[in-house]
Amino acid sequence: MTTLTQFTEPTAQAAGAADALLEGHLTLTRGAFTLDTGAFAFPAQGVSVLFGRSGSGKSTLLRAITGLDAATRGTLRFQGEAWQNQARRLPATLRNIGFVFQEAALFNHLNVRGNLHYALARAPASAPGALEQLAARVGISHLLHQSVTTLSGGERQRVAIARALLSQPRLLCMDEPLSALDWRAKSELLALIDSLAQETGIPVLYITHSPREVERLASRVIFMADGRIERVESLREALARPDSALFDEEGPVSVLQGSLQASDESGLASFGNPMLRLRLSLATAARPSATRLRVLARDVSLATVQPQGLSILNQLPITITALHPGGQGRVTVVCTLADGQALLAEITAYSSQALALAPGMQAFALIKSVALME
Amino acid sequence: MNFAGMTPGEWQAIWLTAKLAGLTTLILLLLSAPLAWWLARSGSRLVNSVAALVALPLVLPPTVIGFYLLIVLGPQGAVGGTLERLGLPHLAFSFWGILVGSVIYSLPFAVQPLREAFGAIDTRLLDAAATMRAGALDRFFSVVLPLSRSGILTAVVITFAHTVGEFGVIAMLGGSIAGETRVVSIAIYDYTQALNYGAAHRLSAILLGFSFLTLMLFYAINQRVMNPLKPR
Repeated sequence: MTTLTQFTEPTAQAAGAADALLEGHLTLTRGAFTLDTGAFAFPAQGVSVLFGRSGSGKSTLLRAITGLDAATRGTLRFQGEAWQNQARRLPATLRNIGFVFQEAALFNHLNVRGNLHYALARAPASAPGALEQLAARVGISHLLHQSVTTLSGGERQRVAIARALLSQPRLLCMDEPLSALDWRAKSELLALIDSLAQETGIPVLYITHSPREVERLASRVIFMADGRIERVESLREALARPDSALFDEEGPVSVLQGSLQASDESGLASFGNPMLRLRLSLATAARPSATRLRVLARDVSLATVQPQGLSILNQLPITITALHPGGQGRVTVVCTLADGQALLAEITAYSSQALALAPGMQAFALIKSVALME
Repeated sequence: MNFAGMTPGEWQAIWLTAKLAGLTTLILLLLSAPLAWWLARSGSRLVNSVAALVALPLVLPPTVIGFYLLIVLGPQGAVGGTLERLGLPHLAFSFWGILVGSVIYSLPFAVQPLREAFGAIDTRLLDAAATMRAGALDRFFSVVLPLSRSGILTAVVITFAHTVGEFGVIAMLGGSIAGETRVVSIAIYDYTQALNYGAAHRLSAILLGFSFLTLMLFYAINQRVMNPLKPR
């Protein structure tokens, strides 16, 4: 597929045209595997997630973009600057890229400070104390004098992230940085990566095969399959498509954006915005900074009239926008919430017929459970 | 055994041996590092042929190496003849000749440990260094060499010790010229031929002791290098 995906993200338009893009068409053959991206262009802003099954070419594409593989052919432009064309290939050392590997790739012959200093010494001059400040920001100040061989997996990735940032990259590449970590370290680092991306404004290319990481971090999703880029979509677009590859594991999922308010007199916290309010039990609301709420479509039921006498906390008015018949007698219903955000509900085809659901209809969504994305 | 009765000739043989082994080790380190890097990392189709060539001294009788070098470095040989035409001495029966012989003879002992050490380095470390703007030479000195400490130490010690223990190549190529080619192993042979067992004993014991102490020190140091590295 060589179609160029069009973008409707407001951020991309605000920042201007070609000078904020990562665009090109890259090919790279490694053994029996061939990467042929097709022509692509997407904003080099926020977190762009490369998503696909293992073997789909995510890592190969990232290596091609970084310039680490000399066999890469094709063209690549980053924010208007030619990184590769038919005539020449800018070496990785000159691309101002930060790279965080799955296994952190720390230098065992240097301690934590030595690893950070390696990047600092080769970067453009930075303010005095930059190393200590960043170490404090990512939570490794107490580890600076330690050997990297004594660190836990989460600590190693924190060092790797700090090291990559200290080299003052224009583009931060992360190749499945969390896949080797336990769930607690994973959720802590997801939050850290998210806030660092926002604080620094450095565009991030992030590889994962975990839909949850996509939903938590992504500004946009680059779907990869069989060595090519299948489509580039904003997270909202990707989640609005019931056949999205993001849903292969757990079925359709909605991610609602909003902010969390402290618990009210009922002991419940609320999440949302002036147009939309969901209520959560306190246990669910442990993270005051959470801005994304995850709702599995199979946890959403529909009712044509507002039900009475139900224990379900969240009963939201919706408008049905589309019905997508899925396999096994199930239907995915795309609903629009009061504030315009999309909510997916997965119900049986039988119920859908019995209630005579159709696009344009007003109804109520009953949400059985939600999860704040930490 | 009477070590006090060491003759000036014997001291000279010991000094010559140390000089030969030291220079050989130095030259081989500089030569073997790029060669071992190429063998470990290039993925070239020629790697196996070159590796076989490098390993030849391991299986060839030293006399064969010494014989060919005598031909090539001697006055009628390609190298020796050329040197003579340029007004320089040929290399047979000279210190520089046995130095060339030692370098070739000990080559596999320097290349192999370096090749293993270089090959064991995770390429992602080099990729990471490259993204932090470290160029190829910078990466070699700041990542490859420090992570290859153990391999480098092995190469140095084994090359030095192996050159000290060399006999056949020198006997063929250098003969036994005092101060020029008569290293300890040659001197021992001469003493034995002359039935001077006392002197042969003395020099043999020195070589035995030196070799044992060197290897022991090597294992002790290597153990420390292999252990979890002390942070700098």
